[in-house]
Formats: sequence, structure tokens, C-alpha cells
Amino acid sequence: MPHPKRKISKSRRDKRRTHYKASAPSLTSCSNCGEMKLSHRACPNCGYYAGRSMFVPES
Amino acid sequence: MRHGVKGRKLGRTSSHRKATLEALATSLFKHKKIKTTLAKAKTAKTFIEPLITKAKNDSVHARRLIASQINERKVVQELFNVIVPKIGDRPGGYLRVVKLGQRFGDAAQMAILELVDFNDVASKKKESAPKAKAKAEPKQKAEAKPKAAAKVKEEDVQDANVIEETAEVKTDENIEEKKEDSAEKENK
Repeated sequence: MPHPKRKISKSRRDKRRTHYKASAPSLTSCSNCGEMKLSHRACPNCGYYAGRSMFVPES
Repeated sequence: MRHGVKGRKLGRTSSHRKATLEALATSLFKHKKIKTTLAKAKTAKTFIEPLITKAKNDSVHARRLIASQINERKVVQELFNVIVPKIGDRPGGYLRVVKLGQRFGDAAQMAILELVDFNDVASKKKESAPKAKAKAEPKQKAEAKPKAAAKVKEEDVQDANVIEETAEVKTDENIEEKKEDSAEKENK
């Protein structure tokens, strides 16, 4: 069976990993209460989505 | 290739999946709105909407067909006597799925599945809207308070270096203050 001829150096390994990045969540401001919320999801603060109340928050 | 492969298995055997979907249908007709995972909500939608379409034709046969897939007799009556009349002439699309975000614990995508004609929270809009406004204002106060509390803590720490006994008493007071603060926040 074939095997790697050389150990991958720390430099090569780390250079490969420069492309592993976390992406920022796509936030928008809620059209009802103005809080920041994830897009395409009901607002966790006021419970509204698309101008419609989906649930009443507990507090 | 996965051409033409429809539906989700939901990690269940066939009988378990059937039981889950029937339970979801029963709950939905009972409560008009249920919170579940996104995958289950989407699958239940394809299971429940044909049931409602069948229920539009009110006959003994239709009632028996639906009763075979709904776990409670009263819920079948509710479907035929309350839900179908309110749905009226809507040509399909009886259900709505709205995403909620991730659940704590397993980070599952959650969603609300509801009957489009039974969005009862809409009638509570007037009650909930003032609350939302009221929330926005106290937040500024809430932000200000922790800073003040932090200052108090720093002072106490300085005192603690001088006299240990009084510091203990003061930390007790601090705890009480925190409790009061949290109680006030809850009230808001």
C-alpha cells in the first residue's frame, strides 16, 4: 500500500488550515421590535415573523 | 444517485415513524400550533395536509379513514366540526412552518407548525406588542445596573483587604443585592 513519503511540516499543515474559517451569522434587524435576529427565523425577542406573531415570549 | 427519493426517515423504523406522524397530527389538531424540530415539522406537513383535504368531504367513510390515523376520537370530531369549517375554501396550504433557530442541548433546528387559519397569537398581538415596547426601554436601565453593581464589588474587594470580617458581611449583602436585581429583571 502507498504511504506518504514525508511528514507534513507544521508550516504546510498550518497553511492548509488558513482556509478553515468561521463565517459570521447573517443577522438582520427585526421588523417588529428592531432587535438583531437570524434571517428567515422568528424573532426570539418578540416572537414575530413576516409581520405575524408566532409566539409570545415568556418574559 | 438519489433521484426520486422523497421524504425523511427521521431515524426511525417504519412503524415508529408512522406512530410519530400520527401523534404529531393529533397534537396539531388538538392545539392548532405545535413546536417541534424542523425536519419533523416538514415531514408532518406532508402527512397532515392530505388528511385535512380528505376531511373536507364529511362522510362516514372519510371520518373512518381519518380516525384510523388519529389517536383520539375527540380530535377527529374537532377536525371535522371546528377546523374544516374555518379552513373553508382554502385550496391546500393549510399549514405553516416557521423556523425558530437552534435548540439548546443538541442544537436541533426548531420550528413552529401551525394551522394557517388558527394563528391565535394574532389576536393577542395587541397584548404582546406593548410588552415588546416596554422591554426595549428597561434594557437601557438593565445595562446600566450591572456596571453599578460591578463598581460596588470593586469597592468591597478593596475593603476586604483591610478587614476580613466586614468583607464577609458585605459579600452577603452583595448576594442579596444580586437577588433583588435578578428579581427586578424578572418582573420587567
